[in-house]
Amino acid sequence: MNDSETLIRLTNAGIFKNKKWLVRDVDLEIKRGQIVTLIGPNGSGKTTTAKIALGLYKTISGRVERNTKKISYVPQKVSIDWTLPLRVADFMVLTQNLKVDDIDSALNLTGVQHLKDSNLRDLSGGEFQRVLLARAIAKKPELLVLDEPVQGVDFTGEVALYSLIKTICENLNCGILLISHDLHVVMSATDYVVCLNGHVCCCGTPRDVAESNPYKQLFGEKSAKLLSIYEHNHDHIHSSDGNIIKEVE
Amino acid sequence: MLDDFIVRAIIAGIGIALVTGPLGCFVVWRRLSFFGDTLAHSALLGVLISITLDINVSLTIFVVASLVAILLLRLERTTNLAGDSLLGLISHSSLAIGLVILGFLSFIRFDVMGVLFGDILSVNSNDLLVIWIGGALILVVLSYIWKPLFASTVNYELAEAEGMKPERVNAIFTILLAALIAISIKMIGILLITGLLIIPTAMARNLSDNPRQMVILSIIGGLLSVLIGLYASFEINTSSGPSIVVVALILFILSLMRIRKKNYE
Repeated sequence: MNDSETLIRLTNAGIFKNKKWLVRDVDLEIKRGQIVTLIGPNGSGKTTTAKIALGLYKTISGRVERNTKKISYVPQKVSIDWTLPLRVADFMVLTQNLKVDDIDSALNLTGVQHLKDSNLRDLSGGEFQRVLLARAIAKKPELLVLDEPVQGVDFTGEVALYSLIKTICENLNCGILLISHDLHVVMSATDYVVCLNGHVCCCGTPRDVAESNPYKQLFGEKSAKLLSIYEHNHDHIHSSDGNIIKEVE
Repeated sequence: MLDDFIVRAIIAGIGIALVTGPLGCFVVWRRLSFFGDTLAHSALLGVLISITLDINVSLTIFVVASLVAILLLRLERTTNLAGDSLLGLISHSSLAIGLVILGFLSFIRFDVMGVLFGDILSVNSNDLLVIWIGGALILVVLSYIWKPLFASTVNYELAEAEGMKPERVNAIFTILLAALIAISIKMIGILLITGLLIIPTAMARNLSDNPRQMVILSIIGGLLSVLIGLYASFEINTSSGPSIVVVALILFILSLMRIRKKNYE
């Protein structure tokens, strides 16, 4: 085992459903100790790609090579039904058997140790996201899939959460697949960026990608200016439904 | 001692309450009360088929209820109707078909009230065996799938992503529900079995702040309802099913007082 060990590799992966490609031809590789970020507009197939990686679809095109079984997932939306009384401590052992020490150290790492006996429904948005993270890392996964982990968190909280994710990656030496649309914040905490819009528009390290220019067509000039580091060229244009309409030199 | 029908009724009631507690929690958490009702309504059809073809009642009810569950899951996938419309459709159709068939079977003496509301006098020692062996099987299977079932109740996708096979355990849970209905119809009746599933659990929800506590309180609530309900039923000569459900309701109302206190704290 070395640090550049590949945990998961998607080759030409895609989903064709209801006569339509949800996402196609995705190549993606996550290595140990690496944070890979998926960005793209709404409906560009970010969550779908994450679910392909997790193996949640029965039939996919292309190939997925998974070299680890210790995978944890933080879904985009987790709502706890009020008919179900659930404390943080109960939630931690939802899909796994854990030692008390592991529970405590995971809650400590994400800074919510004091909430262990609180009811999940009484937590604030930021606290809840930290509990979700703690649950996901408690069994020390090798691959962590985080679907928009900063939802419902204010800007300061966002920055703190992303630096926490970076800390987690370093502490556990795991691979992280991170889905996000707030690029400006996520960039500092990522090793590799994959820009999706129904397929892979461009990819590379934030620095590499900054030398070309895709982002303007996808997110508009304004946000591109916000993100001066992230500038690179797309070789095509998309119509509103995500189809490629024009090749650009 | 088992010859005494009061003793038999009590033993049967305890057996059923031990099963409705934990299953009821999942029915409440997963919002399946109308689903449970639909399976229960199909039991009338099961009873009539068993009489006509002269096969075991519990087994027939179990098979019919399981088939109805599968039919529901299929219709949900293939039609554009919402779950509750489909449930209403199946539930009332099966009840209506059952009653129409009953009209044709005028040559047999058949106690409709007993099937609808439960008839404790008809519980014989054979039924006791069915209730206790069936109930034990249900609980063994439930404890075996508890963790994945609970995880998929909290969040389906999370459970699926972390290898808990939620689709499979959900199907198993549906079958357990059908089995519970099969063993408890004689005692509670098809119109009221969901009441025994839901009401003690609703009471437990008012009093608990974690899942384990809720399951235990739900079992205790079920046992109290059955024991007090049966006592009342013998003393004032009321049907056993309604008496049990009324006691459960009284316990629920009592549990509301604690909630009120909590809100004012």
